[in-house]
Amino acid sequence: MTTEAGSETEIKEKAEGSVAQPDQSEATEENQEVVNSESATTEGVEEKKEKEKEGKGISRFLPPWLKKQKSQGQVVPKETSPTKEVPSTQEEVGKVKEEEEEPAPELNGHAEEVEKIEEVKLEEFKEKEAESHSNASADTQPAKEEKIEENIEEIPEETKPAPEGEEQAEEHQQQQEEEKKEQAEEVEGQGEGGEEHPSIFQSPLRLVRKAKMKMVVCHVTLLDGTDFSCEVEKRAKGHYLFFKTCEHLNLLEKDYFGLTYKDSHEQRCWLDPTKEIKRQIRSNNWQFAFNVKFYPPDPSLLTEDLTRYLLCLQLREDVASGRLPCSFVTHALLGSYTLQAEFGDYEPDQPRPLDSISQLTFAPNQNKEMEEKILELHKSHRGLTPALADTQFLENAKKLSMYGVDLHHAKDSEGVDIMLGVCANGLLVYKDRLRINRFAWPKILKISYKRNNFYIKIRPGETEQFESTVGFKLPNHRSAKRLWKVCVENHSFFRLNTPEPPTKARFLTLGSKFRYSGRTQTQTRLASSLIDRPAPNFDRTSSKRISRSLDGAPVISITEAGRVSSPTSLTGAGNGREPTLELHSDSKSPLRVHGDNIYVRHSNLMLEDHDKTQEEVLKHQASISQLKRSFMEAPPPSPPQPNQWEKRLTSSPATTLRIQQQQGVSVTQTEATPADDANFSDTKELGKTTEVEIEETVVIQEVSKATKPAVVTVTASPSPAAPPQREVSEQEVKAAEEATLQEAKGGKQESVSSESESEEEAEYHPNVPSSISHTQIPEEKEEEEEEGEAEREQEEDKSIGNTVASQEAPLVPVEVSPSAEASSGEGEKSRTEGKEEGEGETEESTEDPMVTPDEAPNGHALPEEGITGLIALAEEEETPKPPVVKTEMVTISDTFAAQKTEIATKEVPIVHTETKTITYEAAQLDGSGDGEPGVLMTAQTITSESLCTTTTTHITKTLKGGLSETRIEKRIVITGDSDIDHDQALAQAIKEAKEQHPDMSVTRVVVHKETELAEEED
Amino acid sequence: MANMCPYGRFTHAVVRGIPETFGTVAGAGHENGENSVDLAKAQRQFGVLTGALRQKVGLQLIEIPPDPELPESWRIEDVAVIQGDTALMTRPFKDQRRSEVEAVRRVMSELNLTVVEMGSEEGGSGGATLEGSDVLFTGREFFVGISSHTNHRGAEVLADTFRDFAVSTVPVCGGARLKNICSMGGPNAIIISSSDGAKKTLRMMEQLTDHHYEMLTVPEDSAANCIYIKGPSNVDYLLHRTSDECPDSVPAFQKLPDYTLLPAACSEASKLGASLSSLCLLINRKHTYF
Repeated sequence: MTTEAGSETEIKEKAEGSVAQPDQSEATEENQEVVNSESATTEGVEEKKEKEKEGKGISRFLPPWLKKQKSQGQVVPKETSPTKEVPSTQEEVGKVKEEEEEPAPELNGHAEEVEKIEEVKLEEFKEKEAESHSNASADTQPAKEEKIEENIEEIPEETKPAPEGEEQAEEHQQQQEEEKKEQAEEVEGQGEGGEEHPSIFQSPLRLVRKAKMKMVVCHVTLLDGTDFSCEVEKRAKGHYLFFKTCEHLNLLEKDYFGLTYKDSHEQRCWLDPTKEIKRQIRSNNWQFAFNVKFYPPDPSLLTEDLTRYLLCLQLREDVASGRLPCSFVTHALLGSYTLQAEFGDYEPDQPRPLDSISQLTFAPNQNKEMEEKILELHKSHRGLTPALADTQFLENAKKLSMYGVDLHHAKDSEGVDIMLGVCANGLLVYKDRLRINRFAWPKILKISYKRNNFYIKIRPGETEQFESTVGFKLPNHRSAKRLWKVCVENHSFFRLNTPEPPTKARFLTLGSKFRYSGRTQTQTRLASSLIDRPAPNFDRTSSKRISRSLDGAPVISITEAGRVSSPTSLTGAGNGREPTLELHSDSKSPLRVHGDNIYVRHSNLMLEDHDKTQEEVLKHQASISQLKRSFMEAPPPSPPQPNQWEKRLTSSPATTLRIQQQQGVSVTQTEATPADDANFSDTKELGKTTEVEIEETVVIQEVSKATKPAVVTVTASPSPAAPPQREVSEQEVKAAEEATLQEAKGGKQESVSSESESEEEAEYHPNVPSSISHTQIPEEKEEEEEEGEAEREQEEDKSIGNTVASQEAPLVPVEVSPSAEASSGEGEKSRTEGKEEGEGETEESTEDPMVTPDEAPNGHALPEEGITGLIALAEEEETPKPPVVKTEMVTISDTFAAQKTEIATKEVPIVHTETKTITYEAAQLDGSGDGEPGVLMTAQTITSESLCTTTTTHITKTLKGGLSETRIEKRIVITGDSDIDHDQALAQAIKEAKEQHPDMSVTRVVVHKETELAEEED
Repeated sequence: MANMCPYGRFTHAVVRGIPETFGTVAGAGHENGENSVDLAKAQRQFGVLTGALRQKVGLQLIEIPPDPELPESWRIEDVAVIQGDTALMTRPFKDQRRSEVEAVRRVMSELNLTVVEMGSEEGGSGGATLEGSDVLFTGREFFVGISSHTNHRGAEVLADTFRDFAVSTVPVCGGARLKNICSMGGPNAIIISSSDGAKKTLRMMEQLTDHHYEMLTVPEDSAANCIYIKGPSNVDYLLHRTSDECPDSVPAFQKLPDYTLLPAACSEASKLGASLSSLCLLINRKHTYF
């Protein structure tokens, strides 16, 4: 951005000046400000000095993993993404600037952003889940205020609470200080930075409390039996508490876990992270348990021993309670590994008396014989480290047939008592202990419940013609819904590569929109692979009572990631300081430098998690804890994230807008790079022509502006060679935009309907759409989608597909431009604020207002019919239509690129991820199976060094006398250097088409050759 | 878990000699059919089988002497289901056969197996019936064929005994026994008949399993019952019916790579509805935890 004069004290200027501020300049400014500022007390000065020190020498304090993060964030955008390497000239300039600025500013700039965010949150009184920032400790309150002010103004795009925020901050300073003191007392004895951080987190909460919110103490029973108390505001959502708990545990691979509570009927329920805790527990018993939610099928793939240890604890409990049945021998073996892990080698000299063993519970029917066997086996484990013993434990436990099976009582259609088991592979049906049926996830087309009935629709077998529905009776409506939710979540986690966006608006349908909001196993594995921190030290149960020095005070709860991850840096800063100060200042800590990247990613994630509530998103962004984990979440070039983005973006316009804004403000480029990477991977385009690349970059920028994520890749490739494709893409783009708009509307609707979630019924169409097929469209997916879609399509307008898109095409550009402007302008800020506020009070109502202002223009442009249709498409879980959107996106980018170059640079990054989504979605796009005519388009681009293949697919389904005929038209454009063997490429394309649709016949092949490079096949 | 290791490792085989009363089963006359059984031939075939197990495969063979009072006692597979260290003594469908269990139980105890009684699990006369020839253990899970001789309650007892494993029930059609139409042909392979009934059972098995098995389909029912043992030096032994008894299926066996094929005739026992595997119980006493 523009370099700001260091001498300028005023924040506003900064804000206007540039989104990405250089750290150094800011730092200087800050110092000056500090001096000038009225509020600057001696403490404040000291603190600031500390800050400066940190800023300069932060790298020293930062633990290696943090450093790496930084480097990733910076480097990735530049180096990683091929697209950026060969960006358009304008972009290049922009990038260069950014790059130059970024490296230096990372420390301060990021931190500032974080602070800003936090303040905003405070003002809003919203949940500040993200706050668990370990680094923040260094900053003092005064510093915060100043920084905050600066930040706020600096980052107009995000949310401008600035004036208010400042005032409030000042008002609360004293309060905060008091609070800090209190906290300090609490934290007594904890000298380390990690401890301090928690306090930091709390400070914002407390402020809030004074303002409005009431705080509640939550008790979470951990897997080792200890109790963890955490203060949350009454309105806090589930994942706030969950994150706090994970921080306390220092757990990074947290996606396998969840919190449970007991409902009024003493049934164990999973706490929905996306909803307010208070509304779920429906009682004043804020008692929770931390449990394994998804048992990893192969625990050896977990990255950290800590995660395995926690899994072990859960399994020990499962085994001891009989939930996980196993034989005598297995009981003994597992028990012996437990002994080894907890007590180390068997010592012959001091043979442990059986009494001590019998105090431990290994099995439901434990007896002397078993204990002797356990001891005997324990002897054979000599030399195993605790971690290895845990590993062995898990290797044996994972093979148990009931490992990870969540059982639910039910009756079959004939009233016979059975058990339904939900697991990673699907749904199991047990009668007594016997497995009498099994429905693997791929076989299940739909999961639904109605009152106390639970239904699954089964894909027809090879010999069967029609799908069948199997119904089960559950004891009551609650249990049916609980089972349904568990199924939805397990399917999403284990079967999907990316979670499905929550159902979009369905006007006429009551029902739960519940969807799994977390990361899928694929994603979490990816994230785990990125974990780069020294293996955290943790105490096992036996030693737990003794020393807890490292762990923060339990009450504070916020011990947080900081402990493990950044103890050095934090501690360095925090040790010298008074505990009080640190507590308050979390956001201002040196870690902020990283913050930008983290922030962006975080926001994205948050968006994923909460499509509807912008507030949450903001909060999440702010949350420091996530910053820490940013690396985990950070989008590696991996496909999954892009998918999420795409989906989110497509699904909910509001989210997209936010994303753009946020990105623009903070660290657009960083994210952009990963996105780019993702796109490349998706498309498989590694060696593109330079031309192509340029186009892609442009697209990205535009996309970001437009708030439409993915499409980028697709467009780029086709554009150079084949003009006809462009047309298509434009249409698609239009459609996509429409879809987003519709979604926005849908979102409103949803919000309205969300209350009706007590719903008596709900449906879920488990499709494994996106993740798997990046480039190609697997038929299976299509089939699934078709089936699933059929129902939806009935409700929707059938013809929407291409026609609508084409008609609406002109609209797209219009929409995009406003949105981009909005993002840059203050209007956005106000918008976001309004949204947040509204949401805070009533989630449902909130969203509507939010959407309206920004999106309103877009929505108007679109014809209602088209919108509804699009909405339906977008909303549909099956994601058949999203691919279309992607294509569209691309087109748009070209159009707008020229206009909004500047903005684009900042915002671009997000878009890339979506490419993947498009592809597979496209694959899924099939006409409805029921015979309603549907036209769906798919576009995918595969690029190799010499070759670029773009495939556009039309799928038409017609219903004739009960038979459905599916006609697929594929237009394949092959573009490449002169050396290409077109015939071979065509043959390959036809072959692939056949492979994709083995049960279909190729009826016509039309080849049209153009000297330029394009081949068409109809 | 502790007990889970690839199928096929065995150290002992328990058999029971063929009594003079072979083929004169009370109440089972229909099984005899019109075919008269040749006692001497049956004993010769029994000798060939046990010889192969001991000398070719190298198992320790424990032979329980025949008891003329128990004409079907040679079908020793029916009376016990053994996995790992645990032997479940079954409750055969026919009352006359239930006393066959006693001698086998003694042997199991001598081998230091944990003996589980079906009666005790079931409360004695709970109506549970289970015969080992309806149980297919794949090394990963159990399939229990619900047949004329084995019912759900019997399967439940089995599931309760071997808790580490998934126990799935599958229908067995046509009065056959599960092991008559399928058997293990390798650590990860199931040999199965191509008959319609077998296909139906196979479909159910595929539906119920979490694992993937190689399927070797053979045209003759009689060929579907084999004995697979992984020898001490990792040699794959497959005992199968002779080419006289299943001419169309032997080529399929011969295509198995690196298998040592051990043809064994079983014509007389098969006239009574039995097959190769019916004649022996396989045990692994060198169980290793990992």
